[in-house]
Amino acid sequence: MEFNYEVEGGNFAKAGNAASSVKKVLKQLNVDPKVIKRVVVALYEGEVNVVAHAYKGNIMVDIDTARIFIRIQDEGPGIPDIDLAMTVGYSTASAMVREMGFGAGMGLPNMKRNADSLKLSSKVGEGTIVELTTNLSK
Amino acid sequence: MRKQHFYHALKVDEQLCFGCTHCMNVCPTDAIRIRDGIASIHRNLCVDCGECMKVCPVEAIFVEQDDFQNIFDYKYRVAVLPSVFIGQFSKQISEGEIIDVLKGLGFTHVVPAEATVDSLNEAMLEVHNADHEKPLISSFCPSIVRLIQVKFPGLVNNIIATKPPIDSTAIYYRKLLLDEGKKAEDIGIFYVTPCASKIATVKDPVGESTSFVDGVINMDFLYNKVYHVLKTRGEEYTQKDENVPYISPKGLKWSLTDGESDHMKGRCLAIDEIHNVISFLEKVENDEVINVDFLELRACDQSCAGGVLLTENRFLTVERLKTRAERLEKTKDYYTEITPVHKEFIKDTLQLGKIEPRSVMSLDEDMGTALKKMERVRRIMCYLPGIDCGACGAPNCESLARDIVMKDAHLSNCVFLQRMMEKTKKLDPMHSIRIIEKTWGKDRLDKDCKKKGAKNESL
Repeated sequence: MEFNYEVEGGNFAKAGNAASSVKKVLKQLNVDPKVIKRVVVALYEGEVNVVAHAYKGNIMVDIDTARIFIRIQDEGPGIPDIDLAMTVGYSTASAMVREMGFGAGMGLPNMKRNADSLKLSSKVGEGTIVELTTNLSK
Repeated sequence: MRKQHFYHALKVDEQLCFGCTHCMNVCPTDAIRIRDGIASIHRNLCVDCGECMKVCPVEAIFVEQDDFQNIFDYKYRVAVLPSVFIGQFSKQISEGEIIDVLKGLGFTHVVPAEATVDSLNEAMLEVHNADHEKPLISSFCPSIVRLIQVKFPGLVNNIIATKPPIDSTAIYYRKLLLDEGKKAEDIGIFYVTPCASKIATVKDPVGESTSFVDGVINMDFLYNKVYHVLKTRGEEYTQKDENVPYISPKGLKWSLTDGESDHMKGRCLAIDEIHNVISFLEKVENDEVINVDFLELRACDQSCAGGVLLTENRFLTVERLKTRAERLEKTKDYYTEITPVHKEFIKDTLQLGKIEPRSVMSLDEDMGTALKKMERVRRIMCYLPGIDCGACGAPNCESLARDIVMKDAHLSNCVFLQRMMEKTKKLDPMHSIRIIEKTWGKDRLDKDCKKKGAKNESL
């Protein structure tokens, strides 16, 4: 089952809407609360990344009984050095974003930690695609 | 699916209820439906917050209480009295006077419900220092504990597993009387409750198997009795009890907003009113709120001062309690009186059993089936109008869609779909009248000039 959410760049008030909505869905599907927590934390980080760095983005969540797959696709500056972006503490966030309590350089590493797999591809000047998979082993 | 029921103190008076939807629209867990013209409360979803009772225009939702005469079944009749009871009276009336009146009504002992807060506070701080999942969430408000079990199962481990003060005070006081040589069967402990959720937890404690009190008395009932005595007594009154044991500034303020968080360590937040709590817990669950150590969460606006069974205005109650606490703080004229042996006893009995999540939100225990059901919910939502009018007897379109999938309702319960079905001749107009009567009760569509706002309004 697929769910799609639009993300608006720069609007932090709405960051977290997709995560909350997915959370509601997963609770209704009787997914283990611990798994829900990991999925939602990773998705929230991804959402904030789009809001903080990109112009706009789209989140697709596909759920079946085996796994939860999330694709976060944005139109934005892209990531020139993916390895560096995955480093804990590294951030390109603006001073304004940091002032709001974001931009600690934890986003991508935190997403990786909370998902079973993370695939990242990016084109500088075009945008970034992050794909997260969480397995639902019984 | 696992069927576990909470005990519920909130009941619907089927004679008074006329199915007005006020309660259904305000319920924070969407637990109310209108059937046959009256509100029915879904037992698994209700958290006993009392919002429905507060909003009911005809007092059809009520809190069951024990018969006051029951106290006379016991030789020693103890009232466990929350501080907000005292807070309802003006500062001209001393705490001792209020307690004198209560004794005049038949109680032999009156003990403040917050008598054990110092021990409780110590235990809570120990949990803070231990390696426990943060933010810690207080177990003070039973509605909040139930809300987390039902709506935020991922956060049950954040709840501090200590008994609320009323429970530990009741346990302590019983022990005290037993130690004084009184017989167990002679002791009756009665809790004066400010709300529905406290009753529910007293009758069916979360994480416990037995209750600690012998009965529950609604605070509004007792307030009327005490107020009546104060208003009608003569000039000759002289106070008998000078000092009131166990009353302290901290205890007086414990059940108010910030009452707990002022005494916890680290970054503490106090949030009152259940809808505020829900939106905050959403953020906590997403990890949007980090580095917070302690959350004091209360279901009522102004915490227990806003309890559904309080008579006086909640803001006045808060102000009066704070004034009393300030005065005590200045005079230092208070003592807690708990012996070291009893302090140990209180600490030993504070631990609460395991608080389990209750996954009542799920469409099915099996995820594959739940997925199919959710697909159906989403398909049905394409047809429903999405204006959440409540005319189907459910609080919103999504609830109706869920009810249909769970086989508790039909598509034709929607008045908009009824019109469409009539247009395509799939539904006979007389049949839709019958459907509406099934939801709203017979004769509901008839002229009635006695309803609120109508020509011959009479309440």
